[in-house]
Amino acid sequence: MERENRHIVNDHAPVISISGLFKSFGELPVLQGIDLNLYEGENIAILGKSGSGKSVLIKMIVGLLLPDKGLVTVLGQNVAALNRKALDRLRLHIGFSFQNSALYDSMNVFQNLAFPLTMNVKHLNRLQVTRAVEEALEAVGLRDKIREMPSDLSGGQRKRIGIARTLILKPKIMLYDEPTSGLDPVTSADIIELINLVQSQYHTSSLIITHDLTCAKNTANRIAMLSKGKFSKIGSFDELFVTDDDQLKAFFNYNFLQ
Amino acid sequence: MIHNLKHRINVRFASKGVLFSKKIDEFLCDCSNAFLFVVRFFKEAFTKPFHLNELINQCFDVGLKSLLLISITGFIVGVVFTEQSRPGLVDFGATSWLPSLVCLAIVRALGPLVTALICAGKVGSGIGAELGSMQVTEQIDAMEVSAINPFKYLVVTRVMATTIAIPVLAIYCSFIGLYGSYLNVHEQESSSLISFYQNAFSYISFLDLFAFMLKSVTYGFTIGMVSCYMGYHATQGTRGVGRAANQAVVLTIFLVFIEEFIIVTGINFFRYG
Repeated sequence: MERENRHIVNDHAPVISISGLFKSFGELPVLQGIDLNLYEGENIAILGKSGSGKSVLIKMIVGLLLPDKGLVTVLGQNVAALNRKALDRLRLHIGFSFQNSALYDSMNVFQNLAFPLTMNVKHLNRLQVTRAVEEALEAVGLRDKIREMPSDLSGGQRKRIGIARTLILKPKIMLYDEPTSGLDPVTSADIIELINLVQSQYHTSSLIITHDLTCAKNTANRIAMLSKGKFSKIGSFDELFVTDDDQLKAFFNYNFLQ
Repeated sequence: MIHNLKHRINVRFASKGVLFSKKIDEFLCDCSNAFLFVVRFFKEAFTKPFHLNELINQCFDVGLKSLLLISITGFIVGVVFTEQSRPGLVDFGATSWLPSLVCLAIVRALGPLVTALICAGKVGSGIGAELGSMQVTEQIDAMEVSAINPFKYLVVTRVMATTIAIPVLAIYCSFIGLYGSYLNVHEQESSSLISFYQNAFSYISFLDLFAFMLKSVTYGFTIGMVSCYMGYHATQGTRGVGRAANQAVVLTIFLVFIEEFIIVTGINFFRYG
């Protein structure tokens, strides 16, 4: 299952480019000069302690938060400068898997998946919508849950349905916010396998926010360690593993003890 | 644009440190956010896409949720007001004025007010809690990143639904109240339904009906807007959801009474000059 640790750097422009990014909440600085490029077909895992600003970073990529300073470019477009329509058009190419899945609890699984599709793609008949929903559920291995309500699903199933909901719009970029948090090791392994499957089937580039080293090791081409508002180290798992950085060592040791 | 403006205002307040005192700063920040929320509603309400199915669902939801309560309270208000007013009129031998008095009271004040208070409790708290729960569980963010405008889908439809449904409920409540009054009058004075209604509406002017509709629409808009604002800005988990529902009811009722005062003062200015 371990992913080949090689850097994907190609001649093309990066699908996500972040430069000089700063963000504070009140007087609390969260991000203090972030630079990162995500290339087509690449998976990058962002490691960091709770509260280090990992989720804030991906929320700025998708335009949920605005940066105080710096530039976030997605598929060549400056996210902060886009108007609502342009931002929505860009968001159609980005899949966002939330930490707690964020399934609409008043809708069943079918409606959860059909909702973004019917709202964004006009003139689809019932059969086409059903087929697309079934295809997305098939991809995450939960076709039999189509009529269930989110409250009847387990944590792992909810994560999978959340990923299926993003896949229905066939995104080019996937952003995973803590995909394995709160899951047992077996279910975590299933989610890791699913992340890799999504990349191979849908040819996505992914940013995976996590503090789970197993997840980072098995899904990412590169790993970026976020500490004190900056990336203290970016590289392959092996490069990071032999680091002299005390913080990084502590992080690695803690994960292995766990 | 409004999102950016709101962001800039919040950043400016945060970056300046404490301007007056922390509480006053927060209040001013809330006022500016609430104002931008209302402006955004008017901007989004008249631009495509229009979520008509969701609007119809919400109208039914608002109407059906409150129908039983409105029926019971409307009926009780009609009966009790008639019962309480009778002794005063009996002293002057003017019980024949009872239908007109009750009708004036219901059309000018009680109908819209009772409906608004019931709906603030029933519908307002429901909207505040629903949107609050969606906010804290990131369902609103999930809509946003799926290229669906959650403001348009959740807020615009709910505010429009309360603005449409509450005047209808107020009319219904008024008729139920008058029917309760009729039953009481019929029992005591053996009046017929037709003569009761003819008598009741004889003193109702166009201005009364206009004020009735203006109040109902204003209250409906206020209930929807305040509840959505509180829910949409809920923070701090389940505690925040409870607070959003609670504040939605309290603030709505407070604003409804202020609006009642302003509208009555304005209408009386036209009525009496």
